[in-house]
Amino acid sequence: MSSVVVPAVPRLAHTGRVTQARVIRSEWTKLWSLRSTRYSIGAALLLTIGVAALACGVVAHHWPHMSLQDRQDFHPLEVNLAGVQIAQLAIGVLGVLVITGEYSTGMIRATMTAVPKRLPVLWAKAIVYGLVVLALATPATLIAFAVGQSILARQHIDVAFTHPGVARAVFGAALYLTTIGLFGLGIGAIVRNTAGGIAAFAGILFVLPPLMNVLPTSWNNAASPYLPLIAGQAVMAVTRGAHQLGPWTGLGLLCAYAAAALAVASILLVRRDT
Amino acid sequence: MIVAEALTKDYGDKRAVDDLSFTVRPGLVTGFLGPNGSGKSTTMRLILGLDAPTSGRVRVNGKAYRDHPAPLHEVGALLEARSVHTGRSAYNHLVALAQTHGIPKSRVDDLIDLVGLRDVARKRAGQFSLGMGQRLGIASALLGDPDTVILDEPVNGLDPEGIHWIRNLLRGLAGEGRTVFVSSHLMSEMALTADHLVVIGRGRLIADTSVDQFIDMASAKRIRVRTPEVNRLHSLLGSDRATLGPESDALEVHGLSSEQVGDLAFRHGIPIHELTSQQASLEEAFMNLTTEAVEFASERSSQEGVAA
Repeated sequence: MSSVVVPAVPRLAHTGRVTQARVIRSEWTKLWSLRSTRYSIGAALLLTIGVAALACGVVAHHWPHMSLQDRQDFHPLEVNLAGVQIAQLAIGVLGVLVITGEYSTGMIRATMTAVPKRLPVLWAKAIVYGLVVLALATPATLIAFAVGQSILARQHIDVAFTHPGVARAVFGAALYLTTIGLFGLGIGAIVRNTAGGIAAFAGILFVLPPLMNVLPTSWNNAASPYLPLIAGQAVMAVTRGAHQLGPWTGLGLLCAYAAAALAVASILLVRRDT
Repeated sequence: MIVAEALTKDYGDKRAVDDLSFTVRPGLVTGFLGPNGSGKSTTMRLILGLDAPTSGRVRVNGKAYRDHPAPLHEVGALLEARSVHTGRSAYNHLVALAQTHGIPKSRVDDLIDLVGLRDVARKRAGQFSLGMGQRLGIASALLGDPDTVILDEPVNGLDPEGIHWIRNLLRGLAGEGRTVFVSSHLMSEMALTADHLVVIGRGRLIADTSVDQFIDMASAKRIRVRTPEVNRLHSLLGSDRATLGPESDALEVHGLSSEQVGDLAFRHGIPIHELTSQQASLEEAFMNLTTEAVEFASERSSQEGVAA
């Protein structure tokens, strides 16, 4: 250890300030440079298409032996969007991880040192993750629809894309997944802890609806439509249930929940110590 | 240039940083010295705006850190706790940070070469050793070619070659006129690297002095004398030069050489059983200083307890 040569730090001619567009580029790099992103999004896309094909295949296979009651309850689109029900878990959990992963590893300190105003980071994460989910979920739900309906068509129980409400439900499913992802991001930014964030996300979305059954029926019917999961899924329903919001009202309400979570997160982000 | 003014930070009812004022000047390596848990890391987090002070303020290059439109060009920081996503490669980590300021990717390559991480740049940072992690942290700190560099315990986990490398790097950065503020809990490390010292204990300022002065203060010689006529020798030397103890037959003498003490005793016929010259090490001086701060704090809080 005699000759340790330290080269001088090369000078940097460039001087640029932090802008929202630059923070968005940075968040794009961050999102795709993690394996968890590729796995979660890949899983969500495969589930959306694969579970749709599987569910439609099972129904098509059993159709000749199904009871009249079962046949009346069947709706070709509902079966087709079964994959979305599972994909939303991967999308929501990844939404939580996009921010809590920074807290659990300490990356948040580097992020907030580079962007000390902090809010551009939250907005960039929401924009990048929201657009990525929308851009990938839209073709995925369209492919799932095409595959699922071609399977159902063997029993002539398929539905056309031009049938009223079908296009809205298919595109609505992609919008629904996007909003769920942003809701997860908002919750993650509030909770700042991966396990806690996933628990809060799953609790609000999936545990609250069955819990409502302990309430008197009239209360349950009055309150349940306004729960995030049930409100949001109205956009994927072709026939409107008795105690269900309209498709766009429902999705709008889910968007409001996601926006509220992000708004609370933005206030806390500026106020809390990192 | 870093200017802290009456900086105070409470976490709950625990005061981590207490009325801290100091200035870190450009062109020097300023060591930030204190035992573990004395508030060094908290102070650095306050400088970087990661935590907000309870009262007081700190400015870097004339502004609060948060008010700089391009902070990475002003300040580069290596924090003690790792600040890297374990699942991301070193290269992508640096690219993502560079993109927030529009810094070109060629700069990332330059710094990966500078810190010697070329072979592992595409590996996930979670697989890095402590030393490699420190090098990555230093690369992030220098990414924006900042005027001020803040490093929290940078030699932690480095091998001797790495420690030597850091020392030269810090001296080089200061030599270019940058402000270099580097924390350590090891006095010996700071004695080799720093020009100036800010010493804290229990969140309070203990000393803000040049390293040379600190060494002079620490190197002041003490003579230990044991004699059966301890009171006679004590009155001959005077109480400003000699203090009794620690044993009943011992004296501690400051400001005289062992020859002077021995000759004086001989002239007055005082028998000497032991005469030793003792030199406090830098570590000891540092320990003494910080122990006083700790005792002062506990004394003060017990007095407050009585008053209340």
